[in-house]
Amino acid sequence: MTKRDLKLKIDELSSALGTFKGLQIEVGRIHDDEWEEPMGPTPFPSVGTFRDWDRKLLDRYKPFYMPFCDLCCLCTFGKCDLTGDKKGACGLTMAAQQSRIVLLACCIGASTHCAHARHMLDHLIDEYGRDHILDVAENTNVEAPNIRLVCGIRPKTLRDLEDALDYVETQLVQLTAAAHTGQEGDNIDFESKAFHAGMLDHVAMEVADVCQISTLGFPKGVADAPMTEIGFGAIDTSKAVVMCIGHNVLPSVDIIDYLMENKLFGEVEVGGLCCTAHDNSRYDKRAKIMGPISWQLRYIRTGIPDVVVVDEQCLRTDIVDEAQKIGAPVIATSEKSMLGLPNRTHDPADQIVSDLVEGRTPGVLIIDPTKVGEVVVKTALEMKPKREGFKALSKERLVELAGSCRNCMECIRACPNNLPIMDAVKAAAEGDLDALAEIQPMCVGCGRCESACPEELPIVSFLTKAAAEAGMTEKYAIRVGRGAVTDVEIREVGRAIVFGEIPGVVALVGCANYPKGGEEVAKIAEEFLKRRFIVLTTGCSAMDIALTRDEDDQNLYEKYPGDFDAGGLVNIGSCVSNAHITGATIKIANIFAKRPLRANYEEIADYVYNRVGAVGIAWGAMSQKAASIAAGCWRLGIPVIVGPHGSKYRRNLLGRADKEEDWITLDARTGEEKYVGPAPEHLFYAAETLEEAMVMTAKLSMRPNDTSKGRAVKLSHYIDLHKTYYGTMPDDLHQFIRVEADVPFTMKEEILGIIKEKGWEEGKIGMLDPTLLERMVRGKS
Amino acid sequence: MMSAKLRTGQTAEIAGPKKANVIPQPKVAASMIKRATRPLLVVGSDAPNVATNDGDLVDSAIRFLKAGVTVVATGHLSKTFKDRGAEVYSMQFMNLGDRLRDPDWSGLDGAGAYDLVIFVGAPYYMEWLVQSGLKNFAQDLRTISLGNNYQPNASWSMGSMPMKNWLTALDEILKELEEGK
Repeated sequence: MTKRDLKLKIDELSSALGTFKGLQIEVGRIHDDEWEEPMGPTPFPSVGTFRDWDRKLLDRYKPFYMPFCDLCCLCTFGKCDLTGDKKGACGLTMAAQQSRIVLLACCIGASTHCAHARHMLDHLIDEYGRDHILDVAENTNVEAPNIRLVCGIRPKTLRDLEDALDYVETQLVQLTAAAHTGQEGDNIDFESKAFHAGMLDHVAMEVADVCQISTLGFPKGVADAPMTEIGFGAIDTSKAVVMCIGHNVLPSVDIIDYLMENKLFGEVEVGGLCCTAHDNSRYDKRAKIMGPISWQLRYIRTGIPDVVVVDEQCLRTDIVDEAQKIGAPVIATSEKSMLGLPNRTHDPADQIVSDLVEGRTPGVLIIDPTKVGEVVVKTALEMKPKREGFKALSKERLVELAGSCRNCMECIRACPNNLPIMDAVKAAAEGDLDALAEIQPMCVGCGRCESACPEELPIVSFLTKAAAEAGMTEKYAIRVGRGAVTDVEIREVGRAIVFGEIPGVVALVGCANYPKGGEEVAKIAEEFLKRRFIVLTTGCSAMDIALTRDEDDQNLYEKYPGDFDAGGLVNIGSCVSNAHITGATIKIANIFAKRPLRANYEEIADYVYNRVGAVGIAWGAMSQKAASIAAGCWRLGIPVIVGPHGSKYRRNLLGRADKEEDWITLDARTGEEKYVGPAPEHLFYAAETLEEAMVMTAKLSMRPNDTSKGRAVKLSHYIDLHKTYYGTMPDDLHQFIRVEADVPFTMKEEILGIIKEKGWEEGKIGMLDPTLLERMVRGKS
Repeated sequence: MMSAKLRTGQTAEIAGPKKANVIPQPKVAASMIKRATRPLLVVGSDAPNVATNDGDLVDSAIRFLKAGVTVVATGHLSKTFKDRGAEVYSMQFMNLGDRLRDPDWSGLDGAGAYDLVIFVGAPYYMEWLVQSGLKNFAQDLRTISLGNNYQPNASWSMGSMPMKNWLTALDEILKELEEGK
């Protein structure tokens, strides 16, 4: 247990030593720890603590930089042209500049989660007290594996989470400082710092989710978390509709509380977009999930929301303009996103409601969540009848407007996915909306087409209307986010994962910047669920998985259980719940393999990297948060695949399967160095197509520690997927088959023939107790 | 005013200080390919969606193959080639970009590095990025973009042009190669 900021002040003390006046004793931290596990080697690691570990990984997975911009424009020496071998005025190279941008992206991402966690923790401490006991998941002792691993503390109360967050904030300042002109100059050191930001991010996310689970009654790691509804059709438009957008659940909690206390749930519908929606549904399953973040603009254009509430992160920054177009007031609730609105936090609620309803202000900023609850509900109830006359874009008007298209193609050039917008608009001008409806599911909702259009056509509204005309307004079931994976589940499946008998853990996470629509995420999920992988999911991906039904009218949440087990589809929750995914891999090392957890990062990462066949897929990764979440996975040795738009993160971390010298690993039993094959081959990888990503996922699930039985299972999936999508046997099997027993039994003769032609010899690839850490070799610790 | 030929295929994918030369005539592109010792044609996953005079870009790529140019398909496109009776190399686009920047790479056939890499059919922004990586980190490697939109990070690129003109240009390049075979 810990106590914070003990302060003793004595005005006057008389003692045998004399009289003391104004005596003041301050102790910032007292640790009277009851944790029997001894402190590990790296409590509260600094920026350079894991530099050697990072370099081991980065030596194997070298960055392939793809500069988005050939210039550096961060100081007044510049702009500097860094093309090729040129250096900037500060001496920086192109490689260093690219890695510096990666670091900055990861710092922004980690800071965003950290600021979110700080806001949440401060508020919940005010409400529940510092001594509120943490209660994260059923049947679970390891309540916060990231915090234990990184910080070396075992949080028991909300107060203890402050220690972790203080540390993250301090480190993030150090990392951001490293990006200043004339600081870090080496690209690999920049990369290592980006990994550090990622590791910190997972601590911050864990703080945020642990504190909200422990106080707000969210599901506590239960496989059968309640089902709720998602989709356009989930919203009961006969009620006043509140649309909550963002990631911080606190303002929405007070909206829901106000509805419950005043028995108004029958009159007001609370729907959400993005992670706020996830966490609303974890708080009360009556809260509906409208959809992923990419639906923001299209949902507003329907005219359905009576009030728009924004908290933080991934908001459209023009939300006030958009809401004004449909006559809906906006209520901003975070100092991070004030959107130019007047701060009415201290005004009487009824006065604010009156100003909003009468249109005297397009929106307000209210920092007090309790007041948000009252103002939002009252405003929604008053706005509902006032907005009855609102008419969204009619088909007739759409057709008329479409007729003014100039055929300039600027909409297509502006579209991230090069959608054939112009042809669809031309068809609409003839009264045929089918082409618009057809491309709508692939629209990421960015609205760049509208900005580019010289006729200012409301193309997103066109798409929304066309989809509605085509009946794409359904509702779907979704299991609400269940939070952490329990210790009991880890005990039950840890062995099967580590030995490869469960072929892998696939985590479908992140944003909705998909190349061809969210349906692709559901396809990936189903492919691996059928193959008895464990499929975890969070954020917008968890939503998009719900939005596809099979011929039996069932979606994947209805078809697959929520257990952390083979063939389970586990909705972990919102963005901050991603910490439970890395947490599960950490717990496998600790609970199943009994590796010490406390401040023992390198050993655990070495274990996860060599043994736990986990792969992250962020198919629509868009944000800086996605970058830092991925970076936290990289340092832990978990490969991440992103969709084609993820190539815009400016670099991949790619292994060279053709260089055997890159894949030399130590045998912890003997200290002998041995070639283990390229497993996993890449650490960060942007796939061009869905099919490529699925094949790569199966391949990246292989680990040096796989047993022969496990490797055969993994190979059989890799081969089957490769045959399905490439039409051929993979040409690199000789790099993954260590002994004949690794070969899938049913294909033994065929495969042995193929690999022997490539010069394969049994035993060339080592089967060992793999480690990258010399100190893990027996007797060398 | 910027030449229409230099308009990039996507609004914001603009050029840096070092930008691709526009291929003035199709025969210039054909000549560069013919002069190359080890040319490589990279065909991206959008190729089946791009109609050409041959059918689609996969069919046109098969003509390159028959004209003696080594072809590698990215994404999972090799299956489409196989289904059409053509055996080509297969490598993921990012992995290929990473290998191409390495002058010591032994190549897809083990015979060494390529001296000219030609791109068609990849998503515009991915090609833009991979060519940016090569422009900056494989400065001795010459690259050609043969798509119908200007790619500023290639060494040489077709200028942006109407689809009809591009189809004719692509056909001319192929005929030149086939004649010089």
